[in-house]
Amino acid sequence: MTRWLPRTYLTLVYLLLYAPIAVLVVFSFNDSRTGYEWGGLSWRWYESLFNNRAMVEAMWNSLWLALSAATISTLIGALTALALHRYRFRGKKALNGMLFVVMMSPEIVLAISLLALFLLVGLQLGYVSLLLAHVTFCLPFVVITVMARLSGFDERLPEAARDLGASDFTMTRTVLIPVIMPALLAGWLLGFTLSLDDVVVSTFVSGPSYEILPLRIYSMVRVGLKPEVNALGTLLLMFSMVMLIMSQWILTRSKQ
Amino acid sequence: MKQTLLSLSNLSKQFDGKTVLDSLDLDILDGEFITLLGPSGCGKTTLLRLMAGFEHPDGGTITLASQDLTHTPPEHRPLNTVFQNYALFPHMSVFDNVAYGLKMEKRPKEEIRERVQEALAMVQLQDFARRKPHQLSGGQQQRVAIARAVVKRPRMLLLDEPLSALDYKLRRTMQVELKRLQRELGITFVFVTHDQEEALSMSDRVAVMKDGEIQQLGTPREVYERPANLFTARFVGETNLFPGLVEKTNGDDTVTVDVFGLKRTFAKPDFPLRDGQSLHVLLRPEDIRVLSPEASDGVSGKVVERNYKGSTLDSVIHLDDGTEVLASEFFDEDDPAFDYRLGEPVRVSWVDGWEWLLPEEASPVGEETNVDA
Repeated sequence: MTRWLPRTYLTLVYLLLYAPIAVLVVFSFNDSRTGYEWGGLSWRWYESLFNNRAMVEAMWNSLWLALSAATISTLIGALTALALHRYRFRGKKALNGMLFVVMMSPEIVLAISLLALFLLVGLQLGYVSLLLAHVTFCLPFVVITVMARLSGFDERLPEAARDLGASDFTMTRTVLIPVIMPALLAGWLLGFTLSLDDVVVSTFVSGPSYEILPLRIYSMVRVGLKPEVNALGTLLLMFSMVMLIMSQWILTRSKQ
Repeated sequence: MKQTLLSLSNLSKQFDGKTVLDSLDLDILDGEFITLLGPSGCGKTTLLRLMAGFEHPDGGTITLASQDLTHTPPEHRPLNTVFQNYALFPHMSVFDNVAYGLKMEKRPKEEIRERVQEALAMVQLQDFARRKPHQLSGGQQQRVAIARAVVKRPRMLLLDEPLSALDYKLRRTMQVELKRLQRELGITFVFVTHDQEEALSMSDRVAVMKDGEIQQLGTPREVYERPANLFTARFVGETNLFPGLVEKTNGDDTVTVDVFGLKRTFAKPDFPLRDGQSLHVLLRPEDIRVLSPEASDGVSGKVVERNYKGSTLDSVIHLDDGTEVLASEFFDEDDPAFDYRLGEPVRVSWVDGWEWLLPEEASPVGEETNVDA
């Protein structure tokens, strides 16, 4: 009684979490056209996915956008975190608070305000507007990840490096950055993932010139669920798992 | 004669309006082992950080062999630091940690390899070069930190409480190690600690600090046996401070003092005295003689605590007027059963000439006084 109850409970929880994903993966190999009957194993949806030129292009667009947004927000975010950590200056608290405002405010608010801003300055909606928007919402997450690492950073390390003859710049390059590298990678991965699956903000600030994957899927699903979407979902799932394993691997390696 | 290597003159430092160092002067001699000793917050670490260049003084100068270092950044000072928690670079191997300073000097690879190996051999870690700091014990990390600092052959080594994180036994071993290293390398060591035992056993000279000022600068023996003031007396070693009253100053450079009703004759101290003045008579626990209650000499009291320490028997005796006396006696081979019962009546005395006289000080309100406790 006391032994099987927690087990059943746990099984149910995991079933609830993973059943939909399992269904998605299984049905991506379903030969049948409809989503509720099994027609045997097949790769046909993967084939039709890769023959869909608009889809493949959206996929590349999304990857490129996520890559650039994550990289730019990691660069800016790491410098912001360093400044907030190292220096005392007027308006530091306000700056810190503003990061949280961006993070906590409803996405729709951010989306509308960004759109309003872009229209105001006359920026054409497309890759640049998407990039700016994605960097904006990724930034606080990077800053917070890096700040967390810096708060556990031994303040004596930079001093030890200086003491041994390193200039401030050399110290940053040889000691500071290597030590906070795991946080930089974690921040980058977080930004990459956030950018890759964002729908709300992207809906507002994207234009016809640059279609990205989540929006493409969304418009596909609106006219009826095509099994191609299952195949795409499975690929994305594989991709994020590889990323996750990679990040874990980097983190455990850096601890050694 | 030894020459001055580092000269600190009129140094002042404030943090947020709070004075940490107050126009401090100190000359450090070439090749000596000098210890900055004091309670936490006395400014000893700040002083060390000023020497290293991590902090800048608000006033005063730092001169190393007649070269002004006051505003030189740490990377251009010919001195190196061993940090309290070692501050080893966690992402580098032991070898790379030790090699760091030499790489900064852009030394040839072959020379770096040789010197690092030499430094690691000096601290007996030659087999640990490939390890990462977190794979080493505290004592080993400590050795790496020392190797990393001495590999650059600095003029001076600054050590900020380097042994405080180690357990007692390891600490004793490292104390001996450090002394040996200092002798072999001939480098000037500036050692910061709050542990008076460590300070006394390792140093050539000790600077006792309090509230950003040097209270006394002298050899361990001077500081322990002839403390300059009450603070030093209490901070360095265990102390009995008996209230004394000057009866009369004698012509032959002696003075008769009333201590607990005993008339004792002491050598005249070097501070001015007048008849009827009260002063402190300082006696270390090992100066105290505990006599039987039938003895004619001494003040009567009773044993309230006894502590067997192996080589000594430490006891606390309450005199009849309530004064607490600490006594530490060596075991006598003729009397192996030597011990006290709690509550045993005894008489307390000391050997004349072993005392040290200090003038009375107006002690600030709130300061701990264990004189008459």
